Amino acid sequence: MNSYETVFIATPVLSDAQTKELLGKFQGIITENGGQITNTEEWGLKKLEYPIQKKSTGFYFLVEFEAEGTIIETLETQYRRDERVIRFLTFRQDKHAIEYSARRRAKLAGKAHEAAMAPKAEAATEETVKTVEE
Amino acid sequence: MAAPNQSEVRYLNPLSVDVKKKKYCRFKKLGIKYVDYKDPEFLKKFLNEQGKILPRRLTGTSQKFQKKVAQAVKRARHLALLPFVTDMMK
Repeated sequence: MNSYETVFIATPVLSDAQTKELLGKFQGIITENGGQITNTEEWGLKKLEYPIQKKSTGFYFLVEFEAEGTIIETLETQYRRDERVIRFLTFRQDKHAIEYSARRRAKLAGKAHEAAMAPKAEAATEETVKTVEE
Repeated sequence: MAAPNQSEVRYLNPLSVDVKKKKYCRFKKLGIKYVDYKDPEFLKKFLNEQGKILPRRLTGTSQKFQKKVAQAVKRARHLALLPFVTDMMK
């Protein structure tokens, strides 16, 4: 088993549901072939530094997973077949990359936790405001 | 007689001898072990205005990390996080 990291860029014309479906499709390919997903990130719509297939923006997705090396060929074939994917990159993480991504995940999880707490607090105040209004 | 004459020469200001600032490898100094391709702002420190990778004789990066920087820059370029060619990047 190796640790891999894959990033792909999807066309900007997709709707929210379509991007979810696309991400789900590739996650499915990984898990079906015996891979184990450790992290998924959606970077959202980003501006490309240079046009790819005449598109200047794209949806970025990052998936980190552990799997056997044979899975990569299958995954990349699927990337090439899918017209919605305009660019992809897959590589094996070395020991420093694994350590770095673990720290990055922890940091992001901490941030997500904070973000999750903050809206709740806001929602709570809103609710109280509403009750006061009533 | 030549030697005493030379000692007569005086300068009003002390000669400005260029004190070279010692270059150092920022990865070794800061203990960074992995160069992340996902952070284009950081990688821009190793590029010139045209987006070319600077040689390590200018940045002071050690050979070990120069290779990793180059790899990260190339990955970032592939994912359109950094341009292959540009002008006035800084």
